[in-house]
Amino acid sequence: MKTAAYVGLSGKEKAAKVKKTRTIPPWLKGFVVPVIILALWQYAGSAGLISETVLPTPLAILASFYELAVSGELADNMKISIARAAGGFLLGGGLGLLFGILVGFSKKTESYLDPSLQMLRTVPHLAVTPLFILWFGFDELSKVLLIALGAFFPIYINTFLGIRGVDAKLFDVARVLEFSWRHQITRLILPAALPNILLGVRLSLGIAWLGLVVAELMGSSAGVGYMIMDARQFSQTEKVFVGIIIFAVVGKLTDSFVRLLERKLLKWRSSFQGTN
Amino acid sequence: MVVSIQVAEKAFGSNGKRAVVLEDIRLDIERGEFLTIIGPSGCGKSTLLKIAAGLDTSYSGSVTVHDRKVTKPGISQGFIFQEHRLFPWMTVEQNIAADLNLRDPGVKAKVQELIDIVRLTGNEKVYPAELSGGMSQRVAIARALLREPEVLLLDEPFGALDAFTRKHLQDVLVDIWQRKKITMILVTHDIDESIYLGTQLAILRAKPGRIQKWMPVGLPFPRNRTSLSFQHIRQKVLEEFEKTEQSVYTEGAGI
Ligand SMILES: Nc1ncnc2c1ncn2[C@@H]1O[C@H](COP(=O)(O)OP(=O)(O)OP(=O)(O)O)[C@@H](O)[C@H]1O
Ligand SMILES: [Mg+2]
Repeated sequence: MKTAAYVGLSGKEKAAKVKKTRTIPPWLKGFVVPVIILALWQYAGSAGLISETVLPTPLAILASFYELAVSGELADNMKISIARAAGGFLLGGGLGLLFGILVGFSKKTESYLDPSLQMLRTVPHLAVTPLFILWFGFDELSKVLLIALGAFFPIYINTFLGIRGVDAKLFDVARVLEFSWRHQITRLILPAALPNILLGVRLSLGIAWLGLVVAELMGSSAGVGYMIMDARQFSQTEKVFVGIIIFAVVGKLTDSFVRLLERKLLKWRSSFQGTN
Repeated sequence: MVVSIQVAEKAFGSNGKRAVVLEDIRLDIERGEFLTIIGPSGCGKSTLLKIAAGLDTSYSGSVTVHDRKVTKPGISQGFIFQEHRLFPWMTVEQNIAADLNLRDPGVKAKVQELIDIVRLTGNEKVYPAELSGGMSQRVAIARALLREPEVLLLDEPFGALDAFTRKHLQDVLVDIWQRKKITMILVTHDIDESIYLGTQLAILRAKPGRIQKWMPVGLPFPRNRTSLSFQHIRQKVLEEFEKTEQSVYTEGAGI
């Protein structure tokens, strides 16, 4: 036992030594490549190697961003875009959750509904964009519905899978403990399905965001997508870049938010978290 | 009589490939007894216990608890599964409370009392993923006890544990049984365990499962595995097992 303890200690000491020799903290490592690229890019632009209209320098983009932020144009467009994405996501995701639960709970609803839904799923949702414009015009409704259509399926499928994946052995426990119907749903089925449901939420959010970009680029009179198209007409490339970066950052932020939610709600899981 | 289990026949499969697993079983257990059922693997112990719990109802015969026919599982027949089967998203105290409301001070107090009894004090807020096998099984026992069952059915509850933990949990179980006066039925394939815990001992033989021998274990608690009287009973159980083996061989020879 004693020797084992000593071995363990010297092992720890070794690890500490190794850490001391490498001083870059892990969160910094991710920044190394982008910083090098940005520096090269800025240099190439300032030296006049690349035309401003093709590839504006990082500093020019930053200046444009500042201008848009100060004038309030950016905030206005973002508000509209986020409202569209949120509306579509809530509508499609909410329905996906509802149908996922209904179909997950009952074999009967599954045999009635699932084949039709699976058939619809094989249609790439962006392919129906022209149809939606024909039916609902260029206004908000067609955009929100397009986003909702995309957001529906990931949540629907993952909720369904989550519910069907509940361990049958735990159902036996619920029977032995005489769980009521309500408790069977709230204390067994939904918690067990939650990892899948949250995965569905993450995928849906990604698709909702993609749907938003497409819908706004197709034609709109406000929103980040509109801002990009407008800037393109006047060859304000740096403004186009600002729009693209905004799309990327907001997309990433929502994803991080769901991850945070996952960590909070699923802290009971002790699955493999990856090696260093 | 608290529990009466009668199984005329229990078979799996239909017409073509019907396999009779249990046959002609009659178990009558008095209130407060501790019955241990011992038998070789596959003889139908789990099947018998599931019938007693009401988890399996496709058999000919009947199970009664307090003269009430058991037709479905419920909290009056507590069941401890071979694996602990805790809800992974609930902490220790939430698992014990399960569908009951922990914010109710009465429930909370009882849960805490049981946590102390199964010696898990300080682990109230821990998730099952962080518990050892023995700790998890103790949570499962507390969960069943909270419902104050008339009978507690245990299916090889300590089968997957190491010898030290098993001994410890056996003592915990005897302690609970003496305190709460619950009627216990425990299935095991460990001869020592069956003698250490049981006031009555039933030996099950295989193919089809029948009761080979029913014997009282007249030893006072706490029991001592190394005592002469303990070893004497052990000897008798082993002799019975030899008989079952012989009968299986002779039956097998005919085929
Ligand atoms: N659902 C089932 N369908 C068909 N056969 C089954 C089923 N469950 C059990 N059996 C059969 O019934 C017999 C008894 O099974 P059981 O699980 O009761 O044995 P056991 O005594 O508990 O064994 P062990 O000690 O290994 O747990 C076995 O031969 C098994 O193959
Ligand atoms: Mg078994």
